Amino acid sequence: MITIGQDSKPDDKAKELQNEFFCEALPKEVAPINNKIVQKFYNWAQANSMWVLAFGTGCGAIEMRPLYTARYDISRFGMAPRPTPRQSSLFIISGYASVKTLKRIVRSYEQMQNPKFVMGLGSCTINGGMYFDSYNTINRLDQYLPVDVYVAGCMPRPESLIAGFKKMKEIIKEGRAEGANKYARDFQWYKENQKKVIKDWNMPDYNW
Amino acid sequence: MRPIWNDTKDLDLKSGKYVKIWQGPQHPGVTGNMALEILLEGDEIMQLNTHVGYLHRGFEKLMERRKYIKCFPIVCRICVPEPDTNEYLFATAAEDLAGIEIPERAKWLRALNLEMARLGATIMGIGGQAGSFGLGTIGQWSVAHRDLILDLFEELTGGRIYHMYMLPGGVRHEPPAGFEDRLEKVLVKTEKLMYDIDKVMFNNYVFKSRAVGLGVLPKEWIKPFGVTGTTARASGVKYDVRKDHPYLIYDQLDFEPTTGTVGDVYERTVLRKKEVLLSVDLIRQILAKMPRTGSVRTKIPDILHWKVPAGETYVKAESGRGEYGYYMVSDGSEYPRRVHVRGASYTHAMALLEKMAEGVTNADIFGLMVSLQTCPPEIER
Amino acid sequence: MKDMIERLASKFNIKDINEHKSNQVFFTAEKIDIEGVILYLKEFEKYDQLTMISCVDYIEDGKFQLTYLLRNYDLNNDACIRVYIDRENPTMTSINELWAAARVYERELKEMFGIDFPGCPRVDDPFVLEGWDTIPPMRKDFDTKKYSEETYFPREGRTKKDPTEQMAEKMYPVEEEVKKSITKVFRDNSK
Repeated sequence: MITIGQDSKPDDKAKELQNEFFCEALPKEVAPINNKIVQKFYNWAQANSMWVLAFGTGCGAIEMRPLYTARYDISRFGMAPRPTPRQSSLFIISGYASVKTLKRIVRSYEQMQNPKFVMGLGSCTINGGMYFDSYNTINRLDQYLPVDVYVAGCMPRPESLIAGFKKMKEIIKEGRAEGANKYARDFQWYKENQKKVIKDWNMPDYNW
Repeated sequence: MRPIWNDTKDLDLKSGKYVKIWQGPQHPGVTGNMALEILLEGDEIMQLNTHVGYLHRGFEKLMERRKYIKCFPIVCRICVPEPDTNEYLFATAAEDLAGIEIPERAKWLRALNLEMARLGATIMGIGGQAGSFGLGTIGQWSVAHRDLILDLFEELTGGRIYHMYMLPGGVRHEPPAGFEDRLEKVLVKTEKLMYDIDKVMFNNYVFKSRAVGLGVLPKEWIKPFGVTGTTARASGVKYDVRKDHPYLIYDQLDFEPTTGTVGDVYERTVLRKKEVLLSVDLIRQILAKMPRTGSVRTKIPDILHWKVPAGETYVKAESGRGEYGYYMVSDGSEYPRRVHVRGASYTHAMALLEKMAEGVTNADIFGLMVSLQTCPPEIER
Repeated sequence: MKDMIERLASKFNIKDINEHKSNQVFFTAEKIDIEGVILYLKEFEKYDQLTMISCVDYIEDGKFQLTYLLRNYDLNNDACIRVYIDRENPTMTSINELWAAARVYERELKEMFGIDFPGCPRVDDPFVLEGWDTIPPMRKDFDTKKYSEETYFPREGRTKKDPTEQMAEKMYPVEEEVKKSITKVFRDNSK
């Protein structure tokens, strides 16, 4: 029985297996394509097929449900919830992230494939918001993950989320959504910050 | 003899018969964030460990370093689908210690607010229950319908999800003009929705064949596991805080708690439907009997530096999921000494789910979990 | 309710009886006979549901106050038992054999206050915190704000300003200057 990650402590045998399963290569930057027309087409396509990872990390998740239903209906924008990180390109950190969740957020984010974007939802991802003095929630999301767009509010209405999506599309179309590249470039800095708060780091650094 | 809940099976983990898998927190079936560590033999769950803490914000600690009035914006965030119960209980606990009597009209408005919150949360709960068995349509209907109730909340309080309508001494303000008519329209729509859901869900062969007989909760488990709310009533224990410890104006309303007999997932879902209809009925009664005039708030002098007299109290209310309680200790200063929140699903989600999951198939575990009405934010606070 | 208290008082040493509400009574029991009190209430007085176990930190007395809240289904009332235990190396008898719900509460208390409940299953597993390495967070001597500032990179700009001063500075700078100089003249004259 192999259990890796989560709460179990990997014993020696599991560690050996872990090396078999995961490589130690670090994330790489993706350079833009030389041909400007092709690059523009890529950006257009990425902007119009943002699939959202359905991982409600905080209380903002309750305002994500109405978005998927008839009234707000984000299918209009070519968006849909996906259950697995492998199929999704937009990660919405919906609200405060406690330390225990942050570990899973990092893992989910690294599992996502390029192109990938992060959206911080709510004041608590910006500066801690209501939980600025809590011992278990992080204060600034951008110290741990590259954030492309913030949506302020506690909690933000679905309309403001849609405005955030619009902004996100603009950024992608202009080719300014460089979050994944930034993460690859400053990988050591991000890891240092993550390891500072996640005390029992029992997973490989970049392993997915 | 060991009690049933301390029975552990001797499982030979090295035998190769078992597979351990994790479901959650990143899983679309989980309500809130919770992880289930499942040990499977074939498709049958042999052992289940729940892991919570993904939503822990340390509310009880944060409240200790905030003044009473400053606690109000944060208490409602304890439970996301139904925040009003928290506001009501925190306000009542402080009023109880300070010996403040709130005006008659404020009581009715508070009850109205609580019932509307329960209505919204229960409708969404039905959608979640259907979604966990693969009936996505009901989820779409119910969440879209909940938006109508949220609109009413926005009219009444100014907030969609978090309302902060109840303050110590009463409620913030009067409802706007024409509010009751619009509320009545939504109630009619709710009844229509329940009629549709009845046709599509409760008479659906797929749903029935999966939910009937799944996760039967015996009556004798209710007391040791501390189960309350519809989960307990579905098993035949008739305990409703609204009826047994009438708070606010519930003693002036005419209603009978919903009860069931079997206590399986189907019965619990049927009870949620009855609960929605009961809420609709109660809201109508409240609108009919509510006094139209009178103040809505008792003024408390120097509310910003309100010193609540020393003492301790436990207040409770019926939320959509069961008995919700606040235990408040004050030492006479401007800050609460200790506030303990007894979340309604605190025991359902951990001790009870771990016990009930044994023998359930892996595909049904989320149906069972949702039917117990787990709400992780109130478990870990 | 009154009868129950009288019967209980005849058997055990209970004090500080506080009937704040008609269906709720708080009383303090000795740590030594807490098992007896709880068992008596459960078996003979039919207080057979455990609503909650809570803890209050009285750091100035060096004590933890544990509160057990039991509920009677027939009479619809609550009995709250207070027990004081030492703050240094706190230990308490586990009641997980009586109520399944107690397991979760005891696990939480172990993590949040550091109170040990020997014999309770999974009591040493982490409950909500992961990799916690300082004192238990719900104790009064743990400063959550300081911890948060040291650990989580606070964003600058969260400073407090007195609204009166802020307004005077931003909106009425001339008036404020005049006011200050007049006050200064008065102060100089009075010397």
